Amino acid sequence: MTKYFLYRLLQLIPILISISVLVFLMIHLAPGDPVLLLMGDEGTYEDYRRLQELYGLDLPLYQQYFRWVGNALQGNLGISIRQGAPVSQLIFERLGPTFELAIASVILATILGIPIGVLAAIKRQSFVDFFSMIFALIGVSMPPFWLGLVLLAYVSMNVGFFPMFGREGSIVGGLWIFLTSFNITPLYDGFRYLFLPAASLAIAMMAIITRLTRSSLLEVMGKDYIRTARSKGIGEKVVIFKHGLRNALLPVVTIIGIQFGFLLGGAVITETVFAWPGAGRLVVNAIIQRDFPIIQGGVLMLAIAFTLVNLLVDLSYALLDPRIRYQ
Amino acid sequence: MKKFLESKSAVAGVIIIGTIILTAFFADFIVPNDPYFINIWDRYLPPEGFGNDSNYILGTDDMGRCVLSRIIMGSRISLLVAGIATSISALLGIFFGAVAGFKGGRIDAILMRFMDVILSFPSVLLAIAIVASLGPGMVNAMFAIAIVRIPAMARITRSMVLSVKQEEYVLAGYALGFSQGRILFKHILMNSFAPILVVATLNMGTAIVVEASLSFLGLGAQPPTVTWGRMLAMGREAIRRAPYITFYPGLAIVLSVLGFNLLGDGLRDIFDPQLKKKG
Repeated sequence: MTKYFLYRLLQLIPILISISVLVFLMIHLAPGDPVLLLMGDEGTYEDYRRLQELYGLDLPLYQQYFRWVGNALQGNLGISIRQGAPVSQLIFERLGPTFELAIASVILATILGIPIGVLAAIKRQSFVDFFSMIFALIGVSMPPFWLGLVLLAYVSMNVGFFPMFGREGSIVGGLWIFLTSFNITPLYDGFRYLFLPAASLAIAMMAIITRLTRSSLLEVMGKDYIRTARSKGIGEKVVIFKHGLRNALLPVVTIIGIQFGFLLGGAVITETVFAWPGAGRLVVNAIIQRDFPIIQGGVLMLAIAFTLVNLLVDLSYALLDPRIRYQ
Repeated sequence: MKKFLESKSAVAGVIIIGTIILTAFFADFIVPNDPYFINIWDRYLPPEGFGNDSNYILGTDDMGRCVLSRIIMGSRISLLVAGIATSISALLGIFFGAVAGFKGGRIDAILMRFMDVILSFPSVLLAIAIVASLGPGMVNAMFAIAIVRIPAMARITRSMVLSVKQEEYVLAGYALGFSQGRILFKHILMNSFAPILVVATLNMGTAIVVEASLSFLGLGAQPPTVTWGRMLAMGREAIRRAPYITFYPGLAIVLSVLGFNLLGDGLRDIFDPQLKKKG
């Protein structure tokens, strides 16, 4: 296991380097002169040179890259053009809400998706099966941000419990306050603001989990060891949950991990819809304002987070299934 | 063909996609109103359904334009952008995947690592970042969607080429002295066609969603061109007053994506009966 772990960590290095090169080139090979953009309509040639020097834009491209990476490794992602604050600070403040949203969606999708999938598999070709599969098919085809808009328009507008926009403190913070001072309001508020964006992101993932749980359980239930278990006279419930589901859930765990990574990307637009103060919305706003240091830093950090999440998924999968380690 | 008609989801998918393609093609003739005509006296008219005095079956938007007509017009951009992007990603993905699987060794390693780099970004985020650096617009959006979908095509092609490469009819091709190109294209790729087609079909659905996302953020085709994503963005501004403006264009997106997903699922069942038995 240690060997596999180290091997995967080493594999991370070239991927991280490539991500940084790609992000760097994407911004620097883009048409348009960032210095002219910074200056606006006024300014002299001397101003131009000074700004160019300040941002190191007069250096050769490879030197700019090393300078940028060197700074990034020390936690310095530059200064936001529009907001004047350090980019790393802006991003780290917003990674928390993004992860909170993604984790809440994963939890919601899992606790609903797996039971529905199991039910559909057990009651195969019944109405339950039929409707859950139709629902899953539509769920996969729905753009999450549109679902978010629909929830806003038809749920939030009619049910005062769910606010339309924004975020009021974190769930974890709210839980802490509740546990230390028995004040439930922050936790309650955190939940109210979190629910609709999390639900709109969760549906597509839930649909995927439902479909996969169903097909995986059906496959496992046809295996020899299930027949053996049944022939031993074990109750059907035990056969399904202990022998069947435990084995059927392995691929489901993988897909949950992979989907979690995608949620970080999909959250970009959902955050915009719900004015959720996350890293995705920061990047989108930066694009609108052409704030290049934030775009660069934000995309870099989200891609790294995505890669690390995927690595964690792979590692946990190897922990669950010894066969992976020896491949 | 008989197998195709037996697959309910494939048939349903074809019917949905066919309807949308016909709608897009004959959009000019079937729009009930001019989709670009601004009439400030008719702003935010609610949907009134059929058989009403009003011409606006799905209501009007913030500038009094007919929502239904705009949805019909918008189908063109969705299909066009998704179609071209999927074709580009299919061509490049099949090429990279085929070369990687066929040649193996260092070329394989380099090409597939490059695919891994693209995959190490969440795809929507990468598409947004690409368009943000190239500048908003329909062509750049197409390009960005094509790039993020290449790895899926390359991977499936590569895995098919790797398995077909060992078949006896391919070895027979070598024995007969055929050129590498002929063996790769005529023998290997022709026999890998089915799974590649399934992935390309499912890619169309994803491409439509990514296009809508880019347009929603204002990074896709620019006005006055009508896109579904942009209609959603405009509708969001008036979500309290006229929620239907966001509802119906989104429904069009769901329907088209559903069509391609149904067709993709159906094709997979047809090509791989083993899977269907399991499901």
